[in-house]
Amino acid sequence: MHRFLVKLSSSSSNPLRSLKNQRLILPLLPSSKSFSSSSVSPPTRPSNASNRFGYPYFAEFLIKLSPLSSNSRTLGVNGSSSRCISSEAGRESIEYDVLIVGAGPAGLSAAIRLKQLSQEKNIDLSVCVVEKGAEVGGHIISGNVFEPLALDELLPHWRQEHAPIEIPASSDKFWFLTKDRAISLPSPFDNKGNYVISLSQFVRWLGGKAEELGTEIYPGFSASEVLYDASDKVVGIATKDMGISKDGSKKENFQPGVDIKGRVTLFAEGCRGSLSERIIKKYKLREEVNAQHQTYALGIKEVWEIDESKHNPGEVIHTLGWPLDPKTYGGSFLYHMNDRQVALGLVVALNYHNPFLNPYEEFQKLKHHPAIKGILEGGTVLQYGARTLNEGGFQSIPYPVFPGGAIIGCSAGFLNVPKIKGTHTAMKSGMLAAEAAFGALHEGLNMNTYWDNLRDSWVWKELYAARNYRPAFEYGLLPGLAVSAMEHYVLKGKVPFTLKHGKADHEATDLARKCTPIVYPKPDGVLSFDVPTSLYRSNTNHDHDQPSHLRLRDPKIPEKVNFPEYAAPESRYCPARVYEYIEDEEGKPKLQINAQNCLHCKACDIKDPKQNIEWTVPEGGGGPAYSLM
Amino acid sequence: EIKSASVSFLYCYRTMKILVAVKRVVDYAVKIRVKPDKTGVETQNVKMSMNPFCEIALEEALRIKEAGFAKEVIAVSIGPSQCVDTLRTGLAMGADRGIHVETNSSFLPLTIAKILKSLADVENPGLIFLGKQAIDDDCNQTGQMVAALLGWPQATFASKVVLDKDKNVATVDREVDGGLETLNVDLPAVITTDLRLNQPRYASLPNIMKAKSKPIKKMTVQDLKVDIKSDIEILEVTEPPKRKSGVMVSSVDELIDKLKNEAHVV
Repeated sequence: MHRFLVKLSSSSSNPLRSLKNQRLILPLLPSSKSFSSSSVSPPTRPSNASNRFGYPYFAEFLIKLSPLSSNSRTLGVNGSSSRCISSEAGRESIEYDVLIVGAGPAGLSAAIRLKQLSQEKNIDLSVCVVEKGAEVGGHIISGNVFEPLALDELLPHWRQEHAPIEIPASSDKFWFLTKDRAISLPSPFDNKGNYVISLSQFVRWLGGKAEELGTEIYPGFSASEVLYDASDKVVGIATKDMGISKDGSKKENFQPGVDIKGRVTLFAEGCRGSLSERIIKKYKLREEVNAQHQTYALGIKEVWEIDESKHNPGEVIHTLGWPLDPKTYGGSFLYHMNDRQVALGLVVALNYHNPFLNPYEEFQKLKHHPAIKGILEGGTVLQYGARTLNEGGFQSIPYPVFPGGAIIGCSAGFLNVPKIKGTHTAMKSGMLAAEAAFGALHEGLNMNTYWDNLRDSWVWKELYAARNYRPAFEYGLLPGLAVSAMEHYVLKGKVPFTLKHGKADHEATDLARKCTPIVYPKPDGVLSFDVPTSLYRSNTNHDHDQPSHLRLRDPKIPEKVNFPEYAAPESRYCPARVYEYIEDEEGKPKLQINAQNCLHCKACDIKDPKQNIEWTVPEGGGGPAYSLM
Repeated sequence: EIKSASVSFLYCYRTMKILVAVKRVVDYAVKIRVKPDKTGVETQNVKMSMNPFCEIALEEALRIKEAGFAKEVIAVSIGPSQCVDTLRTGLAMGADRGIHVETNSSFLPLTIAKILKSLADVENPGLIFLGKQAIDDDCNQTGQMVAALLGWPQATFASKVVLDKDKNVATVDREVDGGLETLNVDLPAVITTDLRLNQPRYASLPNIMKAKSKPIKKMTVQDLKVDIKSDIEILEVTEPPKRKSGVMVSSVDELIDKLKNEAHVV
């Protein structure tokens, strides 16, 4: 206990303060005041020219740090060092060399790479990963046909280390569905060398590897705020206070959050990460590189345990067409895993026009298609879940570096849309950011090298080649398919133009009066189910006595705009029935938010027509508990 | 008689330890299913947590220690290697050290009670706290069996615990079918905790970090010389039969006919 108290008393040895002193000595520094407002806009980023540090921002954002070891107290826990705990005004503050927000493929790959570099160069580095799920892997959900390219680079001996990657993809089927038929088409996918896996299981294994190397991983802690220093540089995050009741008062077991600081902070929160979005807005990271807005899709997935006779491990099926109409981009997947399990899901692009569209119900319809029904009959559903994914690809990648750190993985958006794979690129982005961070902390380089290395890597080449597939569907299903065929067989991205995305997803929704309501069939309880039954299978839970983590920027908009003009789309696209309109005492519709049901998919943050719903983190440990997804 | 009691009290008060048994169970929010071979509930790839009643028990022990009535809180868990995670959570909440009795067998309450008795013989706690029941088997037996094996008084379903350090007595409000019952139990005693006793604290991040360096002693059932042979063998575990949907009847006669000839209840 006493070693922590000793740190408190000597505030002059606070490493962050000594950091500031160091920065003031550097030449060409305007005073810190000039950076507190948005009056100074970051310069546009030309492709090669830059100031002499190769970094778009002014020199004081340069991370020229000396090792903290002279001022820090070695805690000697798990061999990690250079970590300090201090406390002021009731909030404790813990410092690391690198802080990573999110224990997903990108975050854990970054942690592993950092620890590998630290071992290679014999320089100790303290790495902390915070994760809002109760367990590593608990919030991870994905198709997933895994391309091991990045894993081969990160952990070349993974095959001998009991990684849960066992089922090689054995066949690639592609069907165009009509209401009754499945028409086989030549498959645009080539999954030879890839594996059908459960990403949740893989991430758990990856987390184990990261811990073996000395990473400190803390699940059950949600990062609710970004911490900045006086020069608007990110210095870390604050975890959310726990034990606050619905009315805002502190409960008996109130536990204040903790400030976790990093000399470098990497955000790896996944698609539409709540803090990453704030960072992108604050530092105008899309404008920085003339990137377009991000576009998204909502994926809804179930894992079934089917009849042994129907199970064919490694079989990979993708479909297009029914039940979605030609104006709505999307399709389904069915992958045979091991243990008689199949992963089945429907992905619906969120720029759909009809506000009456209900992606969850479309998924239930899909399961009744004769080709799909045949596989599922006699089986049981093991788990259910949903998550949004990026479809913006190359055109939407923001500048991923900001003062104090970088954004990695799907929070930036490296998913290869025609391949529908984002795990390998997310992992590679994490590895590249780790290398840049290591360089920034120990070799006098700066985080900018992450951007340079990204553009030199196979991630960039891959995403560039894939850039025109998705935007072509703006013109309709057939033009989209035609362009896809051209791209796949002939062009392979080698055209001088880049197609642009259409409207942002939330702007694409038509007014309800211009659209036809869709009537969905009732669930039969065998193949299709109602939302509460499915939700139960996601193991989702939140402490009910906490303020709702779904914030309305203007509380009147749901009743004034969403309900009358768009027929309450949030009550349809949310795969967890969080948003319901009930009649109040006067018989008028009132929005009720069942925040406890939330699956953390972020669809509401993306699709709300007036962008009125803001998804923020609930208390750590809440949310789904995926284990097979 | 009185002299020996006060001597033992003084001894207890200055060095009183509290032993808390914590069980690693399937998390309460997880949808469970029966294993295809019907030998039990599926626990592979399923989220596990500390039994909620054990959390309450640990919280109460910590509060007693913080009030100055005890010197040390020891968390005990019996089970596979992953029980260490459960013990680390307990240490992060504030327990001082942990004991892990490692076994891959799934023991029934009597065996657990025998193990806890052996540990109590070694550690000499002044109080043993357990949750009233585990949410996986709902047995509600272990606490009572430990008390019987030790010959100690027991206060189960505690919704309030007040220690009287002068008289070495715990006054416990118990939740019973008829309402609340208040008991005085002489220490050392076994107390099992019910839902309304307290709200367990969250483990803060700094405490989780500190907990990594708290000791967890590994032991085996052989070390404790416990006879683990069970008198009970689980033959089969199945899901409850699916509830059949109701049938509408058109007349009273039809109802009586169905009750007599189909349901055989009249």
